[in-house]
Amino acid sequence: MNSDQDVRMKTLLQQALPRVEGQPEPEHDLWPAVLRKMDARPAPPPLVDWALVAGLVAFVGFFPAAIPVLLYYL
Amino acid sequence: MRNDSSSALGEFRQGDIAAFETLFRRHRAAVYGWILRIVRNPATAEDLTVETFWRIYQAHARFDPSRGFEGWARRIAAHAAFDWLKTARSQSELPTELAAPSTADPAISREIRQRTALAFQRLPPKLRIAATLAVIEEQPHKDVAEALGISVAAVKVRVFRALRLLRKDLERQGITP
Repeated sequence: MNSDQDVRMKTLLQQALPRVEGQPEPEHDLWPAVLRKMDARPAPPPLVDWALVAGLVAFVGFFPAAIPVLLYYL
Repeated sequence: MRNDSSSALGEFRQGDIAAFETLFRRHRAAVYGWILRIVRNPATAEDLTVETFWRIYQAHARFDPSRGFEGWARRIAAHAAFDWLKTARSQSELPTELAAPSTADPAISREIRQRTALAFQRLPPKLRIAATLAVIEEQPHKDVAEALGISVAAVKVRVFRALRLLRKDLERQGITP
């Protein structure tokens, strides 16, 4: 892309997507939302994580010789 | 930010909520504005501002007061916005919810502007975020690089690739920029 094309492309982009002017302020006081998020309990691990753990335990139960290999890669 | 008192920064690093609130009040507009420039949707920018300050508090122990708060906050904000850009939800929204430019060029039709905006939305998020900040918002490349955690040269490369992909997309639609 040469520099003329570059400039035209930039101009078109600036026309398509207006620039945010000035220093915009949020409409709401966001501090209470920040506090609520900080107080929220962490979400429990998804079911798929528990399924993976269960699968790993089962695998180790059937193939205990794999434990050193797993520990090596962990 | 260099204007922050060192005591507030030090107390924040220890996890002090009052110091954190002081920093939040001082920097919320800058963080919100930075995010708004990326996601271009005021409601989403508010949600991501909350997410950003939550991440900031989670990382308080890793904060280095000698490097200032604003640049660090901006980087976390850019990451939060980038994560949002990667989601399927953001892909389905038209990123033109802000007012149309008052200096719209009459030679460029509304349809071309809309198709350009949609083509821009189809760019990979890492190219889109660099082009948004550097081309649309005309932020200094140094600031963009710092926020994205990449070099100035990498910003220029991403902008170049973004413009090239955008141009090819428009040409496929019969639009010659």
